[in-house]
Amino acid sequence: MVLVTGVSRYLGSRLAGRLAADPSIERVIGVDTVPPVRADLDLLGRTEFVRADIRNPLIGKVISQAGVDTVVHASVTATPHGAGGRTPMKEMNVIGTMQLLAACQKSDTVRRLIVKSTTAVYGTSSRDPAIFTEDMSARSLPAGGYAKDAVEVEGYVRGFLRRRPDIEVTLLRFANFIGPFIDTPLTRYFQLPVVPTAFGLDPRMQLLHETDAIEILRLAATSSRPGTFNVAGDGALLLSQAIRRAGRVALPVPARAVSVVGRLIRRSGMADFSPEQMQFLNFGRVVCNARLKHEFGYRPAYTTAEAFESFLTGRPVEPVIKPSAVRAGEKALAGLLGIRAERDITLPAEPADRPAPAGRPAPADRPAPAGRPAPADRPEQVGGPARAGGRRTGSGRKRTPAPFGVVRHG
Amino acid sequence: MAEAQVIRLRGGDLRGEANTSAGSVGQPVDSAAAEANLSRDQPGGDRPASSWERKAAAGLAFLRRRITGQYEVDEFGFDPELTESAVLPAMRQLYHTWFRTEVIGVHNIPADSGALIVANHAGALWALDGVMAATAVHEETPDHRFLRMLGADLLFTTPVLGSLARKTGSTLACNPDAERLLSIGELVGVWPEGFKGIGKPFNERYKLQRFGRGGFVSAALRTGAPIIPTSIVGSEEIHPMLGNAKTLARVLGLPYFPLTPTFPWLGPLGMIPLPSKWYIEFGDPIETAQYGPEAADDPMLVFELTDRVREQIQGNLYRLLMQRRSIWR
Repeated sequence: MVLVTGVSRYLGSRLAGRLAADPSIERVIGVDTVPPVRADLDLLGRTEFVRADIRNPLIGKVISQAGVDTVVHASVTATPHGAGGRTPMKEMNVIGTMQLLAACQKSDTVRRLIVKSTTAVYGTSSRDPAIFTEDMSARSLPAGGYAKDAVEVEGYVRGFLRRRPDIEVTLLRFANFIGPFIDTPLTRYFQLPVVPTAFGLDPRMQLLHETDAIEILRLAATSSRPGTFNVAGDGALLLSQAIRRAGRVALPVPARAVSVVGRLIRRSGMADFSPEQMQFLNFGRVVCNARLKHEFGYRPAYTTAEAFESFLTGRPVEPVIKPSAVRAGEKALAGLLGIRAERDITLPAEPADRPAPAGRPAPADRPAPAGRPAPADRPEQVGGPARAGGRRTGSGRKRTPAPFGVVRHG
Repeated sequence: MAEAQVIRLRGGDLRGEANTSAGSVGQPVDSAAAEANLSRDQPGGDRPASSWERKAAAGLAFLRRRITGQYEVDEFGFDPELTESAVLPAMRQLYHTWFRTEVIGVHNIPADSGALIVANHAGALWALDGVMAATAVHEETPDHRFLRMLGADLLFTTPVLGSLARKTGSTLACNPDAERLLSIGELVGVWPEGFKGIGKPFNERYKLQRFGRGGFVSAALRTGAPIIPTSIVGSEEIHPMLGNAKTLARVLGLPYFPLTPTFPWLGPLGMIPLPSKWYIEFGDPIETAQYGPEAADDPMLVFELTDRVREQIQGNLYRLLMQRRSIWR
């Protein structure tokens, strides 16, 4: 019997749907302050919905009366429902977690607790190590916002772990989500035609595909994988590179003015930026996902670059700068010089060229790497319950080649 | 101290080699594609593309990939394509033509495993010794290896320079980063004197300053990577630091503000380094694997190794200085 908080949100609803489809789970109870959107109802299946505010002690009654044994706390979020503002968001995140943990502590039935946290707990600055492991912490406590909430939530979770060592706790620190369907400040940012960036700064970004996120939450809820894990796709993209891949136009503004521009965009309603998201876009953050692969036993199906590609192909967003136009420009210049332009392995095979090498399909404008599961597909579980050193069982999913065949050497 | 093996301290035309390598090392993807072009051209009866045509096509393809973002960076933000195609060619000019750098002891650099290159720091205005050491490693090693440099946090706080440093393979000087790079078999370059070395007055040239807290030694111990003490001669004369405008430095938030014969008097012209003749000697490696990773927590051993590295760099510096005939040639 599983209880999922934040069930009316994207990840919570997908997770509940997946759990509801699992016949070995007796009941799935979803909790949120607002009912799920109509479109998600089919997806949720037999999930029972309880409209409750987890800030309210009522949540304890739900847990005890239903005899819940697994609690997935997926409602800690950077973007609260409805009329936001910082205060209700903080209440929801921090007080809500406190209430939920209090209820779990009292419960005789709860055996497993999964908490969705964020890699934002590591902070972001120019003076940080390039790659964070789970043992590191922020140089200085995040000044506010979501990151601070997450740090506080993690503090309460650690306290809970001390008081109830018999309950398995899985703390998942997620990198920024991306994908064809999920809606986050970052996805909206990359849909702006002209993207503001901080002049002279080029952060590294690490992304996690939405299907990987749901699968990892599902695995944590259905099998015993206690511990603290960074959850992020392999590799990184530079912000400038991601903007170029998206065919957007970067608008560098002085670093100090970034927050002003962010506020303007926020007010215009095009995208919702909080100050720490702007900070993230200044310095970025990369975490080490080795523990996820080896101890938790899951290798994200999408690398950061592939997840970003999936986001681009999955949405009806026309690039402002089209790769085909750039290619045409290259050919025109080559023509002027009287030379033959090099073959472009990332674009459709051109009549004059040989067919693209096998394994590299060349559909319209923006090719998807081969072997990619369709966005709605579930990535296969890795290693099974026995965490066999993160070795993949090779059950159907083959490693996709680096999407653009660039050879790293040296 | 063991006498380092001396390789072509005099003569040895590096420039010829450099030009050929510049063409062929350029970009792996490009050269593969260029070959594909070539092989297609020949059977078709077309005239084979000449070398400049191939280079121009490769250049255009490079630009196209830059515009569409179709290149790879690693988790540290290192962009090998940009480094090899845009940054290193410019640095090669400086390396060969301006400083006429000669390199000794390349055989001490492992061909395919991790090592920590520790060198003296100088140069007042620019940390050109780092850039030149990286160019030397890339030019002289058979597989054209990259040197992943560890930089001060001031570098990464500076807009433009900071992101350029990341793209060319540098990262913040801290133990987690150094150990991660060494454990994946990268060559890591570190200048433990830091600002004390780069900002010392001209009359203290080639006198090694204190070596930080020995963090680099514990990184090497923890990963079992050899330490290669490296001595760089020529870097002290590019901007002889005659004075330090301390008040101005404090106002600007800098560790020091150099006054050289040309800077800041000549404005931007004063930032041009003087064309001293450079020697870079990669000394005999100091192995650390035999101590085991736990030894990193033994401060006595860390101090001892730090001193050994320091003495070897200093000794090689003095010998190179004795052998050099003039600052300029």
